[in-house]
Amino acid sequence: MANVLINAPGTARKGETIELKALIQHPMETGFRPGADGRLLPRNIITQFTATWNDIEIFRMKMSPAVAANPYVSFFAVASESGTVRLRWTGDRDFSAEGSVTVTVT
Amino acid sequence: MRKLSVALGLATVFLASLAMAQAGKDQRRSGYQDMGPTLQKMQDDDTANPAMLYVQAGEALWTQKAGAADKSCADCHSAGSMKGVAARYPAIPPGGDRPVDLEGRINLCRTEHQKAAPFGAESEQMLDLSAYVALQSRGMPIAPPNDPRLAAFRMHGGQLFKGREGQLNLSCANCHDDNAGKKLGGATIPQAHPTGYPIYRLEWQALGSLKRRLRNCMIGMRAEPFDEDSEDYIDLELYLMDRARGMTMDAPAVRP
Ligand code: HEC
Ligand code: HEC
Repeated sequence: MANVLINAPGTARKGETIELKALIQHPMETGFRPGADGRLLPRNIITQFTATWNDIEIFRMKMSPAVAANPYVSFFAVASESGTVRLRWTGDRDFSAEGSVTVTVT
Repeated sequence: MRKLSVALGLATVFLASLAMAQAGKDQRRSGYQDMGPTLQKMQDDDTANPAMLYVQAGEALWTQKAGAADKSCADCHSAGSMKGVAARYPAIPPGGDRPVDLEGRINLCRTEHQKAAPFGAESEQMLDLSAYVALQSRGMPIAPPNDPRLAAFRMHGGQLFKGREGQLNLSCANCHDDNAGKKLGGATIPQAHPTGYPIYRLEWQALGSLKRRLRNCMIGMRAEPFDEDSEDYIDLELYLMDRARGMTMDAPAVRP
């Protein structure tokens, strides 16, 4: 699976707004660039990123060829209950990667 | 008149050196110091620095058995023993007669100790592993070995740095010694200290070696880059490391 780095606070107070940050290794090949042989390199991008908190979707984002390689996403969520935040990236060529963190809400 | 201008010249030299002595400060700046605060922050945060993705891959390679010897790097080395290693290469390996850089040293272990095929010069695996090894020297001062055999290679590297070449008839020194700190297009010309290699360069959208960086500058000068396996790279790296002696390693770094 692709390398993933996630940065989230391990604990949060109930009702607190926390920042979640995630970085994933991916070439994000646009489909518009010619390769060494002059022919277009086929598009190979991540098309969607989603986050769930205890299986409830809290964030969703579509990605386009304009997004740079190794995309970095940062978003905010309100900590309502302890649990698992699961991040999922899907894209061209059946690309799929996952990562998760647990957040304890006090 | 002639006497007067000589005297004035000497006075200027004297005052300039006095000013330098008074400032007493190291005038050298790393590429990190030349970056804006946003990029510095990106580099400092291990979950935002994209080079750390490659470090992750390198860490996995470190423990993976390979070759006819069926040994992993970790079977012979602790990660801790790699502390300071990237800060002192290029160096002459035992039994060798000319310096190799960190990548060359890793490939010696591939062929001699693992009995495996060497990694391609700027292959993903070589970048991953060298990033992992270089990370162990983060925060340490650059400390080239005091090996007298290196002097001739280093001197040759210095000649390569100071000599003009290419269609624009420029030397590396013209930019990195004489005009460092000024702008070239949108970029600040850095002093070219190799403190952060391999680097994640935003323009490349990838991790790249010092050789790739040097090649980039040679192409920019409209000079012909050295051949991929040319020893000139190593000599130039030796010179750059000596020029940066004592500066802090910040590998794997982010650069614009
Ligand atoms: C025309 C000016 C120019 C010349 C000549 C030039 N460079 Fe550069 N060099 C640059 C610029 C500009 C950058 C920074 C690029 C950026 O930030 O996008 C750079 C970056 C570098 C870096 C990276 C420093 C870091 O912080 O990582 C090194 C090392 C370097 N050059 C070495 C060399 C060498 C060796 C030569 C001669 C073979 C050379 N340069 C010739 C302009 C030049
Ligand atoms: C079978 C044991 C063995 C394996 C496997 C091995 N090495 Fe080494 N390595 C050595 C020895 C011994 C040296 C000391 C120099 C020499 O005698 O070649 C060394 C030296 C080094 C050095 C230079 C250290 C210094 O202080 O200058 C580096 C870097 C290094 N190895 C990296 C690696 C990496 C990366 C791998 C995995 C790809 C690896 N080694 C696999 C035995 C090994």
